[in-house]
Amino acid sequence: MSSTTASAAALPADPKAPAADTVKKPVNPRSAKRRKSLAQWGFIAPAVIFMALFFGYPLVRNIVMSFQDYSPSTFFTGEAPFNGTDNWSNVFNDGLFGKALWQTILFTVGSLVGQFCIGLALAVFFTRRFPLNGILRSLILLPWLVPMVVSGIVWRRIFDQDTGVLNSFLGTIGLPGDTPWLTSTSMALISVILVNIWIGIPFNMVILYGGLQEVPKELNEAAALDGASAWRTFRSVTLPMLKPVITVVLVLGFMSTVKILDLVLALTDGGPADSTQTLGTLTYQNSFVQMDFGAGAVVGNILILISAVFAVFYLRVNRNEGK
Amino acid sequence: MTEPSPDGRIRRRSRRTRRIVVPLTVVSAIVAGTVLSGCGQQRDEDVYTVMNSSTDESYHRWDGDTLKRCSKQLGITIEQQSVPASQLMTKALRMASSKSLPDVLQLDASEMPTFAEAGGLIPLKDLGLTTTDIPEGIVDFGSFDGKYYGAARTVNTLALFYNKDTLDKAGLEVPTTWAEMQSTAKKLTQGKRYGLALSAGGAEDGVFQFTPFMWSNGGDESKLDTPEVAEALDYWKALLKDGSLSKSTVNWTQADVNDQFMAGNAAMMINGPWQVETLNAKKGLNWGIAEIPVPEAGDDSVGPLGGGVLTVPNTGDTEREKTAAKIIGCMSGEQEEISYAINSWMVPANTKAADIWRKKTPELAALADQVATARSRTAKVGAQWSSVSLALQSAFQSALTGASSEAALKRAQQQVTSGN
Repeated sequence: MSSTTASAAALPADPKAPAADTVKKPVNPRSAKRRKSLAQWGFIAPAVIFMALFFGYPLVRNIVMSFQDYSPSTFFTGEAPFNGTDNWSNVFNDGLFGKALWQTILFTVGSLVGQFCIGLALAVFFTRRFPLNGILRSLILLPWLVPMVVSGIVWRRIFDQDTGVLNSFLGTIGLPGDTPWLTSTSMALISVILVNIWIGIPFNMVILYGGLQEVPKELNEAAALDGASAWRTFRSVTLPMLKPVITVVLVLGFMSTVKILDLVLALTDGGPADSTQTLGTLTYQNSFVQMDFGAGAVVGNILILISAVFAVFYLRVNRNEGK
Repeated sequence: MTEPSPDGRIRRRSRRTRRIVVPLTVVSAIVAGTVLSGCGQQRDEDVYTVMNSSTDESYHRWDGDTLKRCSKQLGITIEQQSVPASQLMTKALRMASSKSLPDVLQLDASEMPTFAEAGGLIPLKDLGLTTTDIPEGIVDFGSFDGKYYGAARTVNTLALFYNKDTLDKAGLEVPTTWAEMQSTAKKLTQGKRYGLALSAGGAEDGVFQFTPFMWSNGGDESKLDTPEVAEALDYWKALLKDGSLSKSTVNWTQADVNDQFMAGNAAMMINGPWQVETLNAKKGLNWGIAEIPVPEAGDDSVGPLGGGVLTVPNTGDTEREKTAAKIIGCMSGEQEEISYAINSWMVPANTKAADIWRKKTPELAALADQVATARSRTAKVGAQWSSVSLALQSAFQSALTGASSEAALKRAQQQVTSGN
């Protein structure tokens, strides 16, 4: 701001400069600043338009849809009469909703705890130097590369009670080889969680491994000099340093786990006897099997709401970290 | 809020920034426009489209050949568009809202009522198609609310497949009643081999497989909590308890059942003719086919009718709709039906074509008999079938995993009635 006068004075003194002039044409700094900010908005605009079109619109549409009688005929007539909270009360009165909600919670918590603990253990393990470290680390990434549906189909075979590899393996090492992995109502959800843990380990490991690289070695050495045990060092030095990374891993993991659909469909189709139905499969069933798009939208909205709560939580934590 | 200031500076600024902002906005608009315009395709005057779920290479090729012949016969160009079966319905609905429906739409017969109820289909008789030589059951199969919307080329149903060698070695006859099937299956259950395999999975596959047991016993999909349905379910439970069925049955699709049968893990299976191509590809597998056993000797074996029907979507263009009906007429003509039936191992819908087909493929005669008494899933409950199906799959799965059949079916009926 202090140099304004000088350059502003130079402005009128500058007649049409020849093209060859290498001296930069001075500009009015105030308008330059405004131009800059407008240019910034210009660069943001595509993102804003994109977000509004592909996130904002569907989101609002979905909320509106949950208050409408949206049936297949709507696609022809364009008419979707509003029916108040009918869709909501239908969904809440359906016994399956409570069951699916509870199973979604179990699935999410179970998956996150499993993925995180194993992922962290592996990440710590790989911070040591030993032969084949790199190769082993990349091998562990494999589940990440396999499409979810393929994992589902392969694991369904592995879990087969009679002809599955897992049970025959357990049988040969002397354990009971007739575990009803996917065929008992009490076991199926656990099996689906196990597969999801297997799928989620690489993501957790990679991110946490990256985080561990950032922890200065000197701190560990200092702790060791102070006489702290390895476990104490890990708990009091490494973990607090990892906290921002842990938040990222858990929140992102939560968001991808809570909406689980494809894995469940490929493994059990929500069965046996609805014992693996989650909110994700319920949305799918309402919308694309029963063609009751209003009810599907209700469950979808509930899922979005749950995710939004965690997204806000994540943003808050991140903001505090920045301070 | 406030009126824009007439101050020249502001206008000048906006002129300058327009140089940057405008192109960027245009770019975003173009990007968005390109993406969105994908939804609304313009119909080509001379090109007619048939949308089906023939995504398998062989089916796609067979349909392509049929359409080539029909194009020639009708003097038009017909194109094929194949979408995975599970996405066909939603894709068609989306096309309806963007007014870009194909001229002919092949729907699964169980999904047709939903589309018809929405006002999406034109009755075929209005467009000049007749139902001469089509058995009543198959006309019902393509009808909703008394109107004939869908022409079937071929139909399929379920039958009992058995391993001839295994049965011969054990000196057993092919079972014809429930009691016989239970004892035969028990005798054939040895080591890793189960006597029987069927699908009781939590999807339409399982429900499809349950219907012949429910219907042959006099049960009905419009009332699930009857003793007849419970008896059918108890029969499944008994087979499971005997060990004749694998416990994994509740997790198997029909394709899994076929895999188990081919691997020698099951001596008999309930399955459909679409597996024949795979079964024939396996050398050394000597299989036979029979009607699904009935509760008591002399009962009718009532199986479910399956397969696709050709429909004309309501596009509002009467001329094109008439031509679409002609395309369907060609595709479901006697000759086309026979060649499609022989390719796909299904039974022609037309009686005359079915007679010729029967002579050409005597080994599948049992299937033709089964089709003669087979029933459509949606004839009674129409578009409500999807709710009935969901309730029923949940019911037989809970019964097979421990609950009592009566309680499970009672809850299923409540579920259907309350509309949840």
